[in-house]
Amino acid sequence: MGSYVLRRVLQMIPVFFGTTLLIFLMVYSLPGDPVAALFGEKAADPAVVASIKHKYFLDQPIWKQYLHYMGNLFQGDFGTSFTGRPVADIMADAFPVTIRLALMAFVFEMVLGLALGVVSGLRRGSIADTLVLIMTLVVISIPVFVLAYIAQTVFATNLGWVTPTVQDSYDLSQLILPAIVLGSLSLAFVARLTRTSIGENLRADYIRTAVAKGLPRRTIITRHLLRNSLIPVVTFLGTDLGALMGGAIVTEGIFNVQGIGNVLYRAINQKEGPTVVGIVTVLVIVYLVASLLVDLLYAVLDPRIRYA
Amino acid sequence: MDTTEREREAPYSGPLLDVRDLHVEFVTRDGVAKAVNGVNYSVRAGETLAVLGESGSGKSVTAQAIMGILDMPPARIPRGEIRFRGQDMLKMGKDERRRIRGQKIAMIFQDALSALNPVLTVGFQLGEMFRAHRGVSRREAREKAVELMDRVRIPAAKQRVNDYPHQFSGGMRQRIMIAMALALEPDLIIADEPTTALDVTVQAQVMDLLAELQSEFHMGLILITHDLGVVADVADKIAVMYAGRIVETAPVHQLYARPAHPYTRGLLDSIPRLDQKGQELYAIKGLPPNLLRIPPGCAFNPRCPRAQDICRTDVPELFPVAEDDGTPLEGRGSACFFWKETLHDR
Amino acid sequence: MPDIHDEDSYEPHPKPGVSRLDYAGEQGMAVEQETLVERDVVKREEARSLWGDAWRDLRRRPIFLISAVLILLLVVMAIFPWAFTDADPRKADLVNDYLKRPDWGDVFGVGWFGYDAQGRSIYARVVYGARASITVGIFVTAAVTVIGGLTGMVAGYFGGAVDAVISRITDIFFGIPLLLGALVLLNAFSTRTVWSVVIALGVLGWTQIARVMRGAVLTVKQADYVVAGRALGAGTGRLMFRHILPNAIAPVIVVATIALGGYIATEATLSFLGIAGRRGARRPRSEASLSEGSAS
Repeated sequence: MGSYVLRRVLQMIPVFFGTTLLIFLMVYSLPGDPVAALFGEKAADPAVVASIKHKYFLDQPIWKQYLHYMGNLFQGDFGTSFTGRPVADIMADAFPVTIRLALMAFVFEMVLGLALGVVSGLRRGSIADTLVLIMTLVVISIPVFVLAYIAQTVFATNLGWVTPTVQDSYDLSQLILPAIVLGSLSLAFVARLTRTSIGENLRADYIRTAVAKGLPRRTIITRHLLRNSLIPVVTFLGTDLGALMGGAIVTEGIFNVQGIGNVLYRAINQKEGPTVVGIVTVLVIVYLVASLLVDLLYAVLDPRIRYA
Repeated sequence: MDTTEREREAPYSGPLLDVRDLHVEFVTRDGVAKAVNGVNYSVRAGETLAVLGESGSGKSVTAQAIMGILDMPPARIPRGEIRFRGQDMLKMGKDERRRIRGQKIAMIFQDALSALNPVLTVGFQLGEMFRAHRGVSRREAREKAVELMDRVRIPAAKQRVNDYPHQFSGGMRQRIMIAMALALEPDLIIADEPTTALDVTVQAQVMDLLAELQSEFHMGLILITHDLGVVADVADKIAVMYAGRIVETAPVHQLYARPAHPYTRGLLDSIPRLDQKGQELYAIKGLPPNLLRIPPGCAFNPRCPRAQDICRTDVPELFPVAEDDGTPLEGRGSACFFWKETLHDR
Repeated sequence: MPDIHDEDSYEPHPKPGVSRLDYAGEQGMAVEQETLVERDVVKREEARSLWGDAWRDLRRRPIFLISAVLILLLVVMAIFPWAFTDADPRKADLVNDYLKRPDWGDVFGVGWFGYDAQGRSIYARVVYGARASITVGIFVTAAVTVIGGLTGMVAGYFGGAVDAVISRITDIFFGIPLLLGALVLLNAFSTRTVWSVVIALGVLGWTQIARVMRGAVLTVKQADYVVAGRALGAGTGRLMFRHILPNAIAPVIVVATIALGGYIATEATLSFLGIAGRRGARRPRSEASLSEGSAS
């Protein structure tokens, strides 16, 4: 086990550098001059442009820029945005909001998704099952921004339960609706995955054995069926927390949540290199750590997996 | 639980298990598949009944119907009785039925690897029997599990009780299955192809263990197999199934020596023998019937070398088999209009 | 040394397409009890080919027929949009009031779905917009299937160092969220068209297929018929494409089919975010109408 973890961590190192380099290249080496963009329509003074470029290392070859960035990163310095604000500060403001939003969405999708999936998986062909299938199909087919607008129209405009956009991003109660919208797609996946997994395991030989042992139905379901059925679901949920954080761009935009999605979207449009690279780097780290945890969790849940 | 416990002590003279005119059907997309079409058999305490047949003959379905583990739907039981100690289990409530499973009738499956839960330790799965039916504590259940593993001769049971099924070899896994079936000392064990998935040398060990434990506890045993070789040593009587019916019943050695049904004869002839080296191996011509469209008359008639017109129109019942002079042969029956001729072949 | 990261997490991303398998499972339930039932059903009509078999099966399923007709309709709409509406999707006529309710009775008419803020026919915009969505969906799926399929095949087949390198490269691309990456990439294009969206999504989206393909090839590679093929002296190319590919392609097709819908939705989202739609693309598209509708 220990050597497996070590090997996985070692594997993560090139992936970390590769992904950050890739995003670095995408942000800095593609056409479009961020410094010129900074001045908008005005013609910039070449000397000022040059000094800004020098300050941000933009006059260096791309690989030097990357090494410089990475060097700073390992000292905890995410650089400075073109507006002069440290990227770490920007993230410190935005990440807590997004983490809360993502966690709420996560709890929502997990609790409701599992419940729906278990009910429909155990009662295949029932009305409840059909309803779950239709509901999840609808959610999966409709892009999230449409869902967001529908939610806004229904709950804010028509019912007046909430304000259409979030006024205070640090107020948890205001984040409930955005969190539900954000988590809805994953909820549909969780429900369907659980349903399928339960359906498959219901036909497994060991369930037949459990019945032949004369175990009560409740014991068979909770101890034998669910334990096995939830393994793939847990895997999905594990990687999804990171995905929720990265996928919050649209939801945060529509509901005006001041999280990283909003910041990132603005930064991309303004070619704010340092901010984009900083945020994506953190997201990559979250993703890498999450997938490592999922792998380890997998081994705990399924003893057939043994790490050499 | 209490009533059945008392019944156990009470003298009961009838057969342990008595299956009467059992029918099982499966509703499929293409129609109704008649898997079991009027099976009758019985088992007494201490007796071993071998049920022989190809896959699709209905032998496993019958066993699952007895066990009450058929998925219904798609399966359904339109007719028949399954009497356990005189009581028809098909008429019992769900709970009553469940308490018989594992406690009174236990089952051993073919593929122990898939029949054991992969994410639970074998000790847990063995102990579960005691926890569910006897309400013992977790710790006690574990001790019982170790005892059971010892009894089926799994080496180092104490150390291995917390291992998972995949960590055992095939033979050891099947021993665990046997231990699980034995746990509550049931009256009847149904073993569905218990050795098919094992190596030949391991097969014999497992079979011997099963037979030994059976006589030790004086249990009834239904041994389901397609392997004529497996049953010869352990079975008392044999029922041969074809297309959901019993076509021949006989005490084991008589069946080998003098089959009274052409299908049984065909099965015996298709076993390779050393003295036939160089000759072409015998095979029953044709294919097993489609259970959606079982041929009219005797289901075996399209493949039968002895088929006459009557075989294509009338369904033969299980005729009692007797010698030429009329002395009945105890326990023998054949569902062939020409059992006499078949008996005298060669 | 079974490496679960390489073996198991490379399985198709658990997405809802599995319901297809569900269905087959349900059908197979009865026959699991008695394998013979199934065997005989097949035997009865032995002459049928595999494709004929599949076709006979599909034809009897209403869901399949309805879906097929719908897909056909959308494809025809994408190719011949003018056949479905007389209206010009770009013609803005402020006489048409967007606040007016859609005229549901005016089937296939200009005002069927109502008008947008510029007085353009929403129905016409939906019809003409289908092309962009379908183009993106089909071409991105084709691109990722080819790129991902080939890399996954090479990684799975050769294993060892080749696999390690390809797998790490796959991990690198997989680490970048699709929507974020596409936003960054598309920002670099000065003129954005449907094709820039296809390129951006293709460059970033192939990893999922590569992982699925690699996993499938690893499984199939051990199958007896592949071993037999190798023993009989089949070359690398022949083994890969004649023996392994046909048997490893099924999960790839399943994942690709589900992904197709995902790409259409991603393109819609990009349009909504203003990155693929309003400025670059020259054609109106359904998704742009959606965001306009909400803005009004």
